[in-house]
Amino acid sequence: MEQSTESDICTDPVIRDQWYPLRALAELPEGATHHTRLLGVPVSCGVTRGRPWARTESAPGDGGTGALPVIDTYGYLWTSLGEPPPGVFEIPEYTEPDRRSMNAGSFIVATSAPRAVENFLDMGHFPYVHTGYLGIEPHTEVNPYDVEIIDGEIWATRCEFFQPMAAATATGGQMSKYTYRVPSPFAVMLYKSSPVDPERRDVIALLLQPMGHEQVVAHNFLCLLDDVNSDAEIKRFQQIIFAQDKPILENQIPRRLPLDPRAETPIRADHTSIVYRRHLRELGVNYGVVPA
Amino acid sequence: MASSRPEGQGWFPVAASDDAVAHHVVEAVLAERELAVWRDDDGWVNVWENRCLHRGVRLSIGHNEGMELVCQYHGWRYASRTAGCTYIPAHPADAPARTMCNRTYPAIERYGLIWTTLADATGSDGPPSSAPLESGSTLPLRAMAVNVPAGRALDSLAGLDLPDPNSPDGTTGGPHRRIDGFTLVAGSGEGVVVFFAQPVAAERCVVRGVVGPAPDEGATLALLRRFNRFLTEWRDEVEAQAEFRPGKRATPPPPTPAIAACSDGTRTRVRVSRRWLTARDVVAVELEAVDGVLPTVQPGAHIDVHLPGGLVRQYSLVNEPGRQDVYLIGVKLEPESRGGSRWIHQSLSVGDVLTIGGPHNNFALRRDAQLTLLIAGGIGITPLLSMARSLHRSGIDFRLHHFARSPEHLAFTDLLAGLGEHHRPHLGLDPAATTVELESILAEPGAGHQVYICGPGPMADAARRVAAEKGWPEESVHFEYFANTRPRDDRHPFTVELARSALTLEVPAGRSILEVVRENGVQLESSCEQGACGTCTVGVIEGVVDHQDVHLSERERAEGRRVVTCVSRAAGDRLVLDL
Ligand code: FES
Ligand SMILES: [Fe+2]
Repeated sequence: MEQSTESDICTDPVIRDQWYPLRALAELPEGATHHTRLLGVPVSCGVTRGRPWARTESAPGDGGTGALPVIDTYGYLWTSLGEPPPGVFEIPEYTEPDRRSMNAGSFIVATSAPRAVENFLDMGHFPYVHTGYLGIEPHTEVNPYDVEIIDGEIWATRCEFFQPMAAATATGGQMSKYTYRVPSPFAVMLYKSSPVDPERRDVIALLLQPMGHEQVVAHNFLCLLDDVNSDAEIKRFQQIIFAQDKPILENQIPRRLPLDPRAETPIRADHTSIVYRRHLRELGVNYGVVPA
Repeated sequence: MASSRPEGQGWFPVAASDDAVAHHVVEAVLAERELAVWRDDDGWVNVWENRCLHRGVRLSIGHNEGMELVCQYHGWRYASRTAGCTYIPAHPADAPARTMCNRTYPAIERYGLIWTTLADATGSDGPPSSAPLESGSTLPLRAMAVNVPAGRALDSLAGLDLPDPNSPDGTTGGPHRRIDGFTLVAGSGEGVVVFFAQPVAAERCVVRGVVGPAPDEGATLALLRRFNRFLTEWRDEVEAQAEFRPGKRATPPPPTPAIAACSDGTRTRVRVSRRWLTARDVVAVELEAVDGVLPTVQPGAHIDVHLPGGLVRQYSLVNEPGRQDVYLIGVKLEPESRGGSRWIHQSLSVGDVLTIGGPHNNFALRRDAQLTLLIAGGIGITPLLSMARSLHRSGIDFRLHHFARSPEHLAFTDLLAGLGEHHRPHLGLDPAATTVELESILAEPGAGHQVYICGPGPMADAARRVAAEKGWPEESVHFEYFANTRPRDDRHPFTVELARSALTLEVPAGRSILEVVRENGVQLESSCEQGACGTCTVGVIEGVVDHQDVHLSERERAEGRRVVTCVSRAAGDRLVLDL
């Protein structure tokens, strides 16, 4: 793991005040300490006698160590370096009794958190990056969809895409219907018609823990309707998908997301990304981005 | 004397010619600028900024399809030579804007190396001339990356006793001659070795040696090994002396440059490089750029050719994307020609310089079809041949049905032959027999099938009618007419409001929306100006359109959301346009 540098320290209050997951609770055995970084600051966390905790370790420019606020929800230990809101954003499906929730994996990627968010919001790459799973040529067209900001969250609705194998439960190609949601700047979710029960939707989220401007841990949260596959099978499917995204993310120049609308070339299919970049601009985010 | 070329100003080698093999993309770095280097199937070497203009992904992880480079992330395609975007899979029905273009750098192959410059190449003199290498064959050594500055690397080599290319185990002695800050010549006998330095970053370079003349085949491997061993040891030493510390960088990386936009190609000067009779009454004309490269070709695109006396004529390009060293058009002699085709047939000669506009593409090819049916009548073969060549290269299934009077009326037979079984000529059929044939061609409107029609009015009308009868969905039937032969009526005056320019203008009888809009300083592109090509189409926000063009489909006419401004008018007294 790269050393954090002074310049990775976050001065952006919007980003400092968010909750970030540090570790899946299932991967934090009682008494063990997990060392990691958040926004350039070395931090550690653990569960001691059933109580989750997190603290800073000595960091450049931030002397001393100190206890950090913690929340355990959705199966993760969350913390914040700033003054966070009372709770993490709502995922109501989490409490539905017939669902299975799990962390499918926590992947370290050499990219910025907003680049990872944008990749997750993007359907156009399915046939090229997730060939045979989430897309396949010649089904490349991205139909128009709607994007709006509701109570500070971005929602993209009426998204659809042809998928040869949409999930571990899929048995054939289908036109998958998606809803995307960006509940906080560095967290992104999708709701997708379940191959098991078309009336209900699987929830898949990518919860980013920005270690630095250009390095993240991507925690892949799942809340699914699937009584067939084992945890291992479900995780394997997600890991295949993420392993396909990683080399793309690590080959984007620049690694930080450019917020100037002229820096790259969006098309209609990138409607969500256009709104996301504008939203970050309006929030004044300056972490993991190339400011406009 | 050692003159120095400032880094990033002169020409530097970035790869060996042999690195750029067919269907591969090589990554290179020059002065901290990342480059993607690839050779097309015609041998042309491309040196591009290593960044897709869409979402910044390195093009070096993309796919070299021969004449186009395909980005790994969303499959955007870029033409060889211009790096202009030719296709966006997320929107298969749309032609990418002409201004969508990655940044390119000039490339020259010399001494078995590929050279480029980051500076403006106009008026620059190309790679350094190295007299001892000019005269014969050359053998590039394996490139050696070294973590020291370029100048320091050559300073170090200059003082060393190097392997002598003239003898199997002799050495050259020293010191060696510096030609400039980035070039060093060693050896005295018949054979020399020249080292060129490629600055990569402040503290890093690649040393590229070239031996000339190349040794006999039998001695090549031993010589390469000898130099490789020598250079590997030298690298370890010179790096140790420099106390290289990995991870330290002397200077911050240069800011990422803005995405390039290529010229919108409104006017290009071209020279006739070849002309020949390709079929009865059809002259083929090849046009080369007077300077620079020709603008990007998309399948189905046409150009405006400006002829003497202010005449402007539209001709479809036969080129496939990326294969655009010259534009190729086919010109049929029209019996009632007002001078356009007649002048080209009788007066145009090799060496003549013309001005062209475009290319425009209002006949965009979807590349997401399971099966593409191309239906050509006579000279209507030209845009469909461009489409056929590009589908053929990408391995997408298609048939090119080609209606013509006789075998002598088939133009570009050499290119047609390259399509093999996909080309289906239908010769000497009268209108009734043509319809019967069309009925069998269009018998089944399969899912994911697309039809493209280009030909004379009656034939194109017949094909569209048959397609409709057979149940083809309108959005799967694409067409282009040579000319608008429908009767037109420009007597009705009306008002247009331009929503974005906040202008309200009167269009009197006898004038078109296009003319009036332009007179008032609003830019609007056009090409045929008779309602055939669709270049001047704009969006309608309010009002009912009196459609007089042959470009829009029946559905588009009924929807009324677009208007072809050179001929169509308001049905009522007002139109609000998205302009
Ligand atoms: S980044 Fe290259 S096609 Fe999208
Ligand atoms: Fe992906």
